[in-house]
Amino acid sequence: MHTVVLTKGVPDFREGQVSFDEDGHLERGKTPTVMNPNDKHALRAAFQTRVRNGGHVSLMSMGPPGYQEVLQEGMRDVYADDLYLLSDREMGAADTWATAMTVATGIQNLETQPDLVFAGFKTADGETGHTGPQTAYCLDWPLVTHVVSLDIDEEAGLLRAKRLVDGDVSEIETVEAPMPCFVVADPEFEPTYRKASHRLEHKQLREETQERAENYEDLVTVWDHEDLNLDPDYIGLDGSPTIVAGVDPIPKAPSEREATVVDGDDSAAMEPILDELTPYAAGD
Amino acid sequence: MTDHEHYEAVVVGCGPGGAAAAANLARNGVETLVLERGVDAGSKNVSGGLIYAEESAPYTIDGLFPEFREEATERPVTENYIHNVAGDTVKTFDIGDLHHHDTAWADSVLRRRMDSWLADRVHELTHETGGGLLTEVHVTGLLREKGEIVGVTCEELDPIAADIVVAADGVNSELARDAGLMDWEDPDEWFQGVKAVAEMDPDTIDERFDIDDDEGEAHLFSGDLFDGVRGGGFLYTNEASLSIGTVFHLDSIAEERAEPQELLDGLLTHPLMAQWLGEDYHELEYSAKLVPDSKKAALTAPHEDRLVVVGDAAGQMQAQGPIIKGMNHAVTAGALAAEAFADARSRGDPHRAGEFYEQKLHDEGVMDKLRPTSYSVVGKLGEIGPIDGVANAVAESAVGRFGVRAAEGLVERAYNSPMLVSMIPDTKLPYVTLPTVIGEELGEVVTDENHVQPPELDDRIGDLTYDVGDPHIELVDNSFEASGTAVTACPVSATDFGGGCYRDEMVQTNGHEEHLVSLDTQPCVECGTCAVVADTEWEHPAGGKGVEFEQG
Repeated sequence: MHTVVLTKGVPDFREGQVSFDEDGHLERGKTPTVMNPNDKHALRAAFQTRVRNGGHVSLMSMGPPGYQEVLQEGMRDVYADDLYLLSDREMGAADTWATAMTVATGIQNLETQPDLVFAGFKTADGETGHTGPQTAYCLDWPLVTHVVSLDIDEEAGLLRAKRLVDGDVSEIETVEAPMPCFVVADPEFEPTYRKASHRLEHKQLREETQERAENYEDLVTVWDHEDLNLDPDYIGLDGSPTIVAGVDPIPKAPSEREATVVDGDDSAAMEPILDELTPYAAGD
Repeated sequence: MTDHEHYEAVVVGCGPGGAAAAANLARNGVETLVLERGVDAGSKNVSGGLIYAEESAPYTIDGLFPEFREEATERPVTENYIHNVAGDTVKTFDIGDLHHHDTAWADSVLRRRMDSWLADRVHELTHETGGGLLTEVHVTGLLREKGEIVGVTCEELDPIAADIVVAADGVNSELARDAGLMDWEDPDEWFQGVKAVAEMDPDTIDERFDIDDDEGEAHLFSGDLFDGVRGGGFLYTNEASLSIGTVFHLDSIAEERAEPQELLDGLLTHPLMAQWLGEDYHELEYSAKLVPDSKKAALTAPHEDRLVVVGDAAGQMQAQGPIIKGMNHAVTAGALAAEAFADARSRGDPHRAGEFYEQKLHDEGVMDKLRPTSYSVVGKLGEIGPIDGVANAVAESAVGRFGVRAAEGLVERAYNSPMLVSMIPDTKLPYVTLPTVIGEELGEVVTDENHVQPPELDDRIGDLTYDVGDPHIELVDNSFEASGTAVTACPVSATDFGGGCYRDEMVQTNGHEEHLVSLDTQPCVECGTCAVVADTEWEHPAGGKGVEFEQG
């Protein structure tokens, strides 16, 4: 089994990390880059495959050289055997289509052809959810999205997945697909390890991975457009059909409720609040 | 045979008994899987806790795990006392001789630290054999095929088959109960212990106990400071804390409707404790545990098909007056069970391991320590009502008091006699009456003022760590008559306290009033008390769920 996980570096949108300028534009320079949070689900799905079916897991990303640390984060956070970064000025400012073209070529350039490629459910910056399906299209592989649980039948060359129909947790269907196959893991994805041997393998790999993640640089392969034999006209900004016509900020909804702050230790100030709440406590 | 995942040996529970079994199985080249339900070994475990290495034992914990004393224990016990308390008068005896009898060493331990250290070694050893240790797996029962035990069932994993199953799953063993070897029926087969671990820096401990940093003390308390409930208290010095607890006969707790946490507070606030606790009492953890009374509960044939039972799960806890030994017996039993399997396997008949294990427990003298012949002849006689009543009256009479005064040296010597101690009956006389008389007649008044304010029960519960899962105890009969004792006996419940597991209320139904009990398992410390004193369906929580002890 060879499993590839696609990941992307995104601005860390968590409060306290992200900075916006006065016009509400993201300040990339002041905002740290982290692994796209949804990619963790793809990594967990790939790790389950590694634990239960063996083989190895490659983590691949496209981006500037600094994204090597994003790969390390993915490796440390879940698991990866080796890391690939597609990095080149010519690849810069790509839209989802040009990215998919580049990534699909990266996958085809791997020494052993993967049986499975996993992607997380949309990135925290673009939120399009296009890149995964477009990459599957470029590879001409079957695509299964919103996957919440996964079983592999290696002998039959099949995967069996439970997926959310229309991304809705209330409707789950089971599908089968031949491998190689492209799988998008839903945030609801739950790995299952029902055998003791799986859990022992899981424990062993998790122990090793922390040490290996320290020396992640030894595990990174960087490919530029020449390594991938890609024409610069079809990648990066030049290869991107998307035109961004403008960006409009969404106005903040005005708050209509009044708020009063009361010190909980001030019993006099608390009294009217208690009076207000008492009828509810009595069930009236 | 159905196609189950298979290991040669499955050990359930990674306390000292399970760890010893696993280590010895691994050393014999047996493929061994160890399943522990806590997030970490030790997170579900509580003991007083002193661990002994007996000179006469075929296996000791440091023999099986070199470096154990350096890495996993608190302090060696170098001094031992028993305090006979009557009000504020106390008579103290040095029971060092009793303690040193057959003792190679004894150390105080905190179970989270100890078991967690053991678990790392166990994983290393068992991993070599193709197995290993898994935490957060709740083994729910026995896997049977054609009526024979062939493995275990788990909440988190598919069933696992094994050539031997070692049940080291503790006092509330679900495996021993599934096999029909143990029950929760008789309160008089059990003790209940509660414990507080109080923070204290090492220098303060050295100063207050007048010891060096490589020394430690064990104090026992008996007499009238527990409202007549049969049992006693203890105080052990750890590296940077004190373990202070009380252990009572569960039938006595139930009959007296005693609140265990209040009995513990009675000890914590006694004037005698002031010299050690000072004015800055800071409780790190409150915990509780059911303790089997091996004299009555130890299984004489702790096996069934491929199942062998070790440690608390098999009732292997020796508590006779001032002798409280559990972990060392669990270690010996665990290692012997492993040895028995290795023997049976080498004879080409691995399924005879249980039979060999039973034989080894007898041959190595373990059974006689757990169920002393001297107790069964003399001790039980003392438990017969009229005899006990007469003896109590004599001890409290002028004649009895005269005897105690005249025989001061003799009493101290008697406490130090392993033979006499093993005969102590489970009655009020040795636990309450006699120590009280000794305290009154021989004791001196303690004038120290105790400033300790023990935390309220809701604070004690609030300070514990829980990962609350689905309710794991079902109240089968909620009438006060059937289950009301749990309101008081449960160490995290109390009368008129709403934040505990059990509470009682009067409910009006169709014109008449019913006295009912309700249960909320959130604050449960998984001691098992209610399984004995109330009518429940009792199971452990799922792997990793429930209370997580940090000291233990």
